Amino acid sequence: MQFDCRPAGDCAVLVSFEQKISEDINENVIRLAECIHQAGIHGVEELVPAFATVMIYYNPLHITCSELIKRIHLIDVSSVSQKKKKMVVHDIPVLYGGDAGPDLAFIAEYHHLIEQEVIRIHTEEIYRVYMIGFVPGFPYLGGLDSRIHTPRLESPRLQTPAGSVGIAGQQTGIYPLTTPGGWRIIGRTPAPLFKPEETERPVLISPGDAIRFIPITEERYSELMHEDTPQYKGGSY
Amino acid sequence: MKSMAVLEVLKPGMLTTIQDLGRSGYQQFGIVVSGAMDKYAMRMANLLAGNDENAAVLEITLTGPTFSILEDCKIAITGADLSPSVNGKPIPLWTEMDLKKGTVLEFGPIIDGCRTYLAIAGGFDAPLLMGSRSTYLRANIGGYEGRKLQKGDVLHAYNSQHETRKGYRKSLHSELIPKYANEITLRIIKGPQWDAFTEDSQKKFLASTYEVSAHSDRMGYRLQGERLETNLTQEQITDPIPNGAIQIPNNGEPILLLADRQTTGGYPKIGVVVTVDLFKIAQGKPGDLVFFEAIDIEESHRLLAEQESVFKLLSVSNR
Repeated sequence: MQFDCRPAGDCAVLVSFEQKISEDINENVIRLAECIHQAGIHGVEELVPAFATVMIYYNPLHITCSELIKRIHLIDVSSVSQKKKKMVVHDIPVLYGGDAGPDLAFIAEYHHLIEQEVIRIHTEEIYRVYMIGFVPGFPYLGGLDSRIHTPRLESPRLQTPAGSVGIAGQQTGIYPLTTPGGWRIIGRTPAPLFKPEETERPVLISPGDAIRFIPITEERYSELMHEDTPQYKGGSY
Repeated sequence: MKSMAVLEVLKPGMLTTIQDLGRSGYQQFGIVVSGAMDKYAMRMANLLAGNDENAAVLEITLTGPTFSILEDCKIAITGADLSPSVNGKPIPLWTEMDLKKGTVLEFGPIIDGCRTYLAIAGGFDAPLLMGSRSTYLRANIGGYEGRKLQKGDVLHAYNSQHETRKGYRKSLHSELIPKYANEITLRIIKGPQWDAFTEDSQKKFLASTYEVSAHSDRMGYRLQGERLETNLTQEQITDPIPNGAIQIPNNGEPILLLADRQTTGGYPKIGVVVTVDLFKIAQGKPGDLVFFEAIDIEESHRLLAEQESVFKLLSVSNR
């Protein structure tokens, strides 16, 4: 496992792997973050894994930068590397098209497909969650089928409702919050990606998990919206 | 914990929010840290009011609010001098103050700085969300209903354990009170992507003057001045952003990322402002001038240890 460590200010060290977006590299990122967490190094306060880096936030009153870097290089990642972690797959129900997905028609036309075909391509894939960032609970997903790669809106919408599922260039993603946005919106999920009141698990998805989109009907969408604790697993839609 | 109504907002001012030291530990889920922009002034306000350093305070920006005092209480105001007064009579900053029920606390012209902190004995009552009471406006979470204060809001404070000693008023030694200048020198640690910049840009960055733009807020300060270039042939891959990071977007002008920064971002970062200097930019206003000076990490840790030993001594004497 090749990586280098360098300071990112006086309270953080950035561990960088080869700078490219690849499943193997991201797998190493997540493993290393786990190992550092398990090592319980005094002074380490927070770990943030990204595509090809891990940021280690530390308290310099408890550990120096050089001592921390030394400790990271001593970590035996191979012990963890052997055990391939079982991937968690989240089923995300999506109501495609109509008011929930105002850009579905555009995407279909853009690629000379029918709308059902766009939905089929979008739901066929299992998408890896490389990292969570940008806004609370926003998953960076990999693996969108090139047949439905579509450029962003020319001018962003002022409001994209929470739960919107969209496409931007080679990426697909879900908006956890209502925010302005330039993604082409193809549907909406009733699954709450961000639940701030749940301190233990404020976000449904973790880095290294995977997502599968499941098409649902309007009736099922409103049922799920009104259930207190809907089950999003098992694909029973 | 018990709390009581202490302040009613008569006029909201420009931007007043409830903040503590921030919501750390959840950045891996994209949860923005938030918290007080000027933690030095915020922690001092709490110590003067007899609180733990992390108690929730009000962060008041540029134009102060007006409050009706609903109960006798003890407060401390620190940070920017926005001419605070009670019933029209000026009150000192960096000093514990007793406020009487029925009086009016208001703010006036800006003397210096940008952000004032108001701590109240016991701390402001706000729901604890992921370990913090800080307001994060973009997601409407934390603080007072996830938003800035409005007219008619009633703020509650927890009961204070602080004992009042008659005829004795704590005040911070003048040497510990920072001066807020319009010319700000920020010490930085180079990197993490310092090497990605051209030699010319590295030199320009440390030798030139930047001006704080009007597009500056709790998320970040945009700076205007020399444009910087990288040698990168492909776009930088999104990585995490520490507090005080100076990112250089495609237009070449630095953005200094602060309390409400997004957890990750895709622009290269030429340097990161050292912790002990973050208060200076938090008190900076549009039009202020900024200079950067690189120091090494050992030096930054020595400065931090020095500052923290002051807090340690003050918090001991508070018990």
